[in-house]
Amino acid sequence: MSKVEFNKETGPREVFCGLTSIVWLHRRMPDAFFLVVGSRTCAHLIQSAAGVMIFAEPRFGTAILEEKDLAGLADAHEELDRVINDLIARRPEIKTLFLVGSCPSEVIKLDLATVAEKLNKRFFGQVRFVNYSGSGIETTFTQGEDGALKALIPLMESSNEEKLLLVGTLANNVEDRFKKIFRNLGISNIESFPPRQSTELPKIGKNTKVLLTQPYLSDTVRDLKHRGCKIISAPFPLGIEGSTEWFLAAAKAFKISELKVHEIISPLINRAKLALESHKEILKGKKLFLLPESQLEISLARFLHNECEMDLIEVGTPYLNKELMKEEINLLPDNTKIVEGQHVEKQLDRVRESNPDLVVCGMGLANPLEAEGISTKWSIEMVFSPIHGIDQAADLAGLFSKPLKRNQILTSKTLVTH
Amino acid sequence: MELTLWTYEGPPHVGAMRIASSMKDIHYVLHAPQGDTYADLLFTMIERRGQRPPVTYTTFQARDLGGDTAELVKKNIKEAVERFKPKTLLVGESCTAELIQDQPGALAKGMGFDMPIVNLELPAYSKKENWGASETFYQLTRTLLKEKVSYSEKISPLRWKEFGRRPKVNILGPSLLGFRCRDDVIEIQRILSEQGVDTNVVAPLGASPDDIERLIDAEINICLYPEIAEASCEWLKRNFGMEYTNTIPIGIKNTIEFINEVHKKLDLPLTNKKELENKSKLPWYSKSVDSNYLTGKRVFIFGDGTHAIAAAKIAKEELGFEVVGLGTYSREMARQVRATAKDLNLEALITNNYLEVEDAMKKASPELVLGTQMERHSSKRLGIPCSVISTPMHVQDVPARYSPQMGWEGANVIFDDWVHPLMMGLEEHLIDMFKHDFEFVDGHQSHLGHTATKTEDFVNSEDKESKNIKEGIIWTESGRAELTKVPFFVRGKVKTNTEKYAILRGIPEISDETLYDAKAYFS
Repeated sequence: MSKVEFNKETGPREVFCGLTSIVWLHRRMPDAFFLVVGSRTCAHLIQSAAGVMIFAEPRFGTAILEEKDLAGLADAHEELDRVINDLIARRPEIKTLFLVGSCPSEVIKLDLATVAEKLNKRFFGQVRFVNYSGSGIETTFTQGEDGALKALIPLMESSNEEKLLLVGTLANNVEDRFKKIFRNLGISNIESFPPRQSTELPKIGKNTKVLLTQPYLSDTVRDLKHRGCKIISAPFPLGIEGSTEWFLAAAKAFKISELKVHEIISPLINRAKLALESHKEILKGKKLFLLPESQLEISLARFLHNECEMDLIEVGTPYLNKELMKEEINLLPDNTKIVEGQHVEKQLDRVRESNPDLVVCGMGLANPLEAEGISTKWSIEMVFSPIHGIDQAADLAGLFSKPLKRNQILTSKTLVTH
Repeated sequence: MELTLWTYEGPPHVGAMRIASSMKDIHYVLHAPQGDTYADLLFTMIERRGQRPPVTYTTFQARDLGGDTAELVKKNIKEAVERFKPKTLLVGESCTAELIQDQPGALAKGMGFDMPIVNLELPAYSKKENWGASETFYQLTRTLLKEKVSYSEKISPLRWKEFGRRPKVNILGPSLLGFRCRDDVIEIQRILSEQGVDTNVVAPLGASPDDIERLIDAEINICLYPEIAEASCEWLKRNFGMEYTNTIPIGIKNTIEFINEVHKKLDLPLTNKKELENKSKLPWYSKSVDSNYLTGKRVFIFGDGTHAIAAAKIAKEELGFEVVGLGTYSREMARQVRATAKDLNLEALITNNYLEVEDAMKKASPELVLGTQMERHSSKRLGIPCSVISTPMHVQDVPARYSPQMGWEGANVIFDDWVHPLMMGLEEHLIDMFKHDFEFVDGHQSHLGHTATKTEDFVNSEDKESKNIKEGIIWTESGRAELTKVPFFVRGKVKTNTEKYAILRGIPEISDETLYDAKAYFS
């Protein structure tokens, strides 16, 4: 392991809670509905993060707790029942209903597991109920997906069939690309979790080889292990290097030769390197500061340093699972400073002192930093854009080069004409 | 428990953030978990603010709950005070912290600071954003001025005469995330100044705690946004005798009435009464011949209380529209909106459910919708032009250009914003003339750029309501053909009316003649 410097920090934070992940999860599974049991704050958070207005009726909503629901839990359960009955009557196409716990529902100890169990009996054969917590007292941003996937594992049937299971939400087009490449490698039985339809859950067992596409799935990984699945240890498929290692690790697990992998992906790599060149030109030697939010920070830092030659000042992450991130950390340059957790004020002090060229941060901080003359990239875009795989490496770099390029254009003193 | 897919207003602590972020030298310690920090983006992204909201979130986690969350609150308060050195500290809690009852306000008061501390108790499970903003502004005003109550004389609105200076007023209510507040303030200050009235303090927008303490240097208060400022104005009236204005200067008539009210309260002679009629282009533009086609345009209005009421008055009295629907999501303003609706022979729609609003909109078949950004989306789906008149805020509601809603320039902006989504008079006339030419495409909708409802879809549509009405009724070839000749924006109404008429008369088949019979019957 490289000599990476680990730090922990606590204090006031500036991050989203796990509820935010509903924004991409509901798109992944169009037959599912996500019902948050929470407050007006929860409803306001999701609509503010997602820009919900474009939908006539979105496939997520909030059962907002009111005074009378807090007075007695029995009544709250009854009320929730009523809301769910109405919802199912209104949206008969829903196949899976996720009951999502929030900060207030956790604090008043609303037992969503029992609620889900009862509802599963009542709506047997029509709708399945699953519960997990997206609360901000337990989860940060992407951890919401971890909770949702973990909650689905008990519903997955067992099978000893050998298969490759890609775990973590991917953009559909990226998923298709990956599957094609794996098939070319000779792996034919490939499934994804979460699936595109909530009812088409993959079967799992001791011959399931799990390849993670996202770094924030600690709990899901633990439960998949309990079901006998083998976890393929690999860096994450961001950038050329990460994706190559990722394919190699999968191939090794299926006893496919390295040579075969290189044969198939080297044209992709050559073309990606070419595409990356213009972005590298801009990013090279620039100082990067990553604030914690998505848990993608370590993989991004590795990509931006190793392939785009940026200098890493600090790599923040809301939560660090060293075991899961082992392969990534191995690829980081020596003396990389990783900070787990956050004290947003102290961290912003360090941002200002270190005079970075680019800061990756949340939407609440981006414009204030820009106003101070510091270029930023909002981290939420990483979870909404197709950034995985060799073919997307240049697009991923583009997310970071664009703010710098724009800054150059806007501060340029001469009018460029052609 | 209430199922909510989307909400017009945020929770009450977001209202408190609006007050804190609008002001200077204030800091708000909010006992809240990490996810609540999303609210910062409302200010930094939607308002494009270059500063973070002055808010510290205590960021308690599940593991803190067994231990001492009160200590965590105190630690955060101490750090925030040392770092930001506010002149006044707001302390409160969001929905989750309300449940664990640490009483952060009381904790802060016990920490020995010498700055004023405002303890905000905003019930998150029964109240909403605007209430939270109003309560915060009221508590802040009260905290900073309560010591002056006992020795202050009643403030006479006429005392400027004794002082030998121009009368001074406060402009209360403008805040961040309020609709066009930034520009309304400039417009109103300009109008007051022209009338010989000086502005003492604008608050909360741009004010410091020192400014709040100076509120009583003015003679009267201008209550510009009652949703935010009425509680404070009422308190200032009760305790200092300060009068406040009731007229909201949106539209020409209300602006003139507002100026009259200010003059009357201050006993300041109004010398330029005649000029007022010509300050805005709205009256002439509305009178000019091209605007003839605006007469009786069906308009559906939904928004916050203040803007919805003002829009109804402008629509009816200044543009000659017919108001076919009026509603608000502000429960606090329900009484006033109901009264306005009653004057228009309508029943007001008071709801926080946008799907109910969309349904009401469909039923009213308007030709123009004046609503929030959500109604803009709903009307886009329905193929109806729309202009946005109210919060909740969207990045488009913070335009780069000067674009008030109030005063003379506000009336100009309103004329353009409401009329441009419609077809111009001459344009509509020409389309009417040429619509039977073969080059003319059915469903042509000028610059509106949507392809809402093809006639065929309309006739064949099987939505629930028309199914009931249509029971046993058939549209004949000639009936369908005639229906396609009806302009798209009234086609729905004509179709429903004709079917109603057919049922009423027991006519099983609708022909072109039935259409004309129904037209005559309903006119």
